[in-house]
Amino acid sequence: MSSVLILADFVGEKATKATVELATAGARMGEVSALVLAPVGKGAAYAATVNQGAISKVIVIESDAFAMHGVGAVAEAFSYVITEKKADVALFVSHAFGKEVAGRVAMRLRAGIITDAVDVAADKTTTQLVFGGSTTVHSKVSTALSIITIRPNTISADFVSSVPVVENMAIEFSENSKKATIKSSQPPVKGGRPELTEANIVVSGGRGTNGDFAAVEAFADSLGAAVGASRAATDAGWYPHSHQVGQTGKTVSPQLYVACGISGAIQHRAGMQTSKLIVVVNKDAEAPLFELADFGVVGDLFAVLPTATEGVKAR
Amino acid sequence: MKIAVCVKQVPDSWAEKKMVGGLLDRSNVDAVLNDLDEYAVEEALRIAEAHGGNEEGGSNTVTVISMGPERASEAIRKALSMGANGAILVSDVILSGADALVTAEVLSAVISKEGFDIVICGTESTDARMSVVPAMLSEKLGWAQLTFASRVEVDPSASTVSITRVTEAGVDEIVGQFPCVVSVVEKINEPRYPSFKGIMAAKKKSIEIRDFASTGSDFTQSWSEVVDASPRPPRAAGVVVTDDGSASQKLVDFLVEKKLI
Ligand SMILES: Cc1cc2nc3c(=O)[nH]c(=O)nc-3n(C[C@H](O)[C@H](O)[C@H](O)COP(=O)(O)OP(=O)(O)OC[C@H]3O[C@@H](n4cnc5c(N)ncnc54)[C@H](O)[C@@H]3O)c2cc1C
Ligand SMILES: Nc1ncnc2c1ncn2[C@@H]1O[C@H](COP(=O)(O)O)[C@@H](O)[C@H]1O
Repeated sequence: MSSVLILADFVGEKATKATVELATAGARMGEVSALVLAPVGKGAAYAATVNQGAISKVIVIESDAFAMHGVGAVAEAFSYVITEKKADVALFVSHAFGKEVAGRVAMRLRAGIITDAVDVAADKTTTQLVFGGSTTVHSKVSTALSIITIRPNTISADFVSSVPVVENMAIEFSENSKKATIKSSQPPVKGGRPELTEANIVVSGGRGTNGDFAAVEAFADSLGAAVGASRAATDAGWYPHSHQVGQTGKTVSPQLYVACGISGAIQHRAGMQTSKLIVVVNKDAEAPLFELADFGVVGDLFAVLPTATEGVKAR
Repeated sequence: MKIAVCVKQVPDSWAEKKMVGGLLDRSNVDAVLNDLDEYAVEEALRIAEAHGGNEEGGSNTVTVISMGPERASEAIRKALSMGANGAILVSDVILSGADALVTAEVLSAVISKEGFDIVICGTESTDARMSVVPAMLSEKLGWAQLTFASRVEVDPSASTVSITRVTEAGVDEIVGQFPCVVSVVEKINEPRYPSFKGIMAAKKKSIEIRDFASTGSDFTQSWSEVVDASPRPPRAAGVVVTDDGSASQKLVDFLVEKKLI
């Protein structure tokens, strides 16, 4: 049986659903410990939110170095704990931060790394979808320690409640992990809608909205969905960059992705291609995104969406 | 300043890609400069130009570094025609199928041998899509990691670099000292088109090809292995309706049928 260490993922002071997904994957391979890295004085509060998923132990390290030095300090702390605890599987959430930490840990401990897994089996074999979702790849790490990053929203989380043992640890940081200094940080503005990468349904708008996202947002709200945008829309300043879906934005894998007024450039597809179902609303029947549509409407989004919103609400 | 830019040659994003024997079949797809690395080249040139230039007699050099097959020199040539001064390509059969760890080991061996003030990368290679090489380089070299930058400001007299980092976690202002590893996001600039003069000049610039042994790295073992790769069944063709006033209802019916509402 493996000993699995996951890096608990937080938004603000609260562990995310992706943390539960890591625990779910980890429990297939062995016993799961979660590492909680918190500012001084906040360890207990952070740890208390890691209470779902099959997690037997929470290891807490408090230090202001995490907020001050970012990836370098987090990677050093994670590497230290994995070595101390002799864990043989390390799991991270596949977002920019998680992948960078995983990369540094892999380099530091000279261990093999697999990124963007959409599934992991009990024997540590990972599944990845590559080349725009056209190819399934199964891979394995060949070192004693396996480092794997898992895409949010791809493994169905087991929300079993857990009462993990809490252990506090401390670490002396080396100079190398403190070479970048974070002067200030601004968290993304959080609205009332679900988080893009966690949402079951995502409704996105593109250049076709012509800057007016009201119809897209109203349809999203009727479905309890998150709102996404193409780069054309974020570059125009119509929607915040943190909502961009695509190669240089977020990768989403919801049950349903609704693209409104988006043509379907390859860079946009890269971020939404692995959605389970895809709906496309576009007034141009030749728009390439129709190739991916399970249900497509050739029509004006300003006519289609409001009536559909009423239809959903009426149910 | 000595500035390095790490660029990768990748298959054209639009090309249909297949796996053969666990590796990407690169034989019949067009290969291009990873488009996200063009932003890195552009930023390196802008930094050089803002602080004394990199032309003859300028106070900076911009060196392109790449690891890949010999034909990667085509992609490197593009970076040279944009204005980079020279290039080093590590090319060796022993490195075929290298994973990110091997790539970072080899690149960092070249970087530390040459000595640079700033190394600039893209955020992601469009084929591997790992986004880990810049962080691995920082770890290996023990240099400041200033990644996912949408703004880079260099103060050569103080040897400092400050960046604005943009990721899903928000926006951070970060500073570090030379030497450092920077990666830039595509929002940072608009890469220039090579001018005719640039293209002609690039033909005379040298691309130094090095074998693995000369890098001084002893690390060739890829530690992640593909067990198998198989094409996924193509998405079943969907239903497309043209709106005649009833499409909204059909859309709602579809959502009901799929148990989404
Ligand atoms: C390095 C790089 C990275 C990139 N990264 C990303 C990324 O992460 N994400 C991303 O999305 N893009 C990205 N792009 C940009 C991408 O190439 C496209 O330019 C972009 O996705 C286009 O956005 P769009 O589909 O909204 O706009 P367009 O391509 O202009 O399409 C607009 C569509 O709206 C339709 N339309 C217009 N009016 C209406 C209406 N009233 N009702 C219904 N339909 C209407 C039109 O028919 C058209 O199909 C990147 C590009 C580069 C070079
Ligand atoms: N073979 C390579 N040669 C040079 N630079 C590379 C190579 N692979 C990756 N890089 C750099 O690392 C960045 C991130 O790549 P990746 O981690 O593969 O997604 C790229 O944008 C390049 O700047």
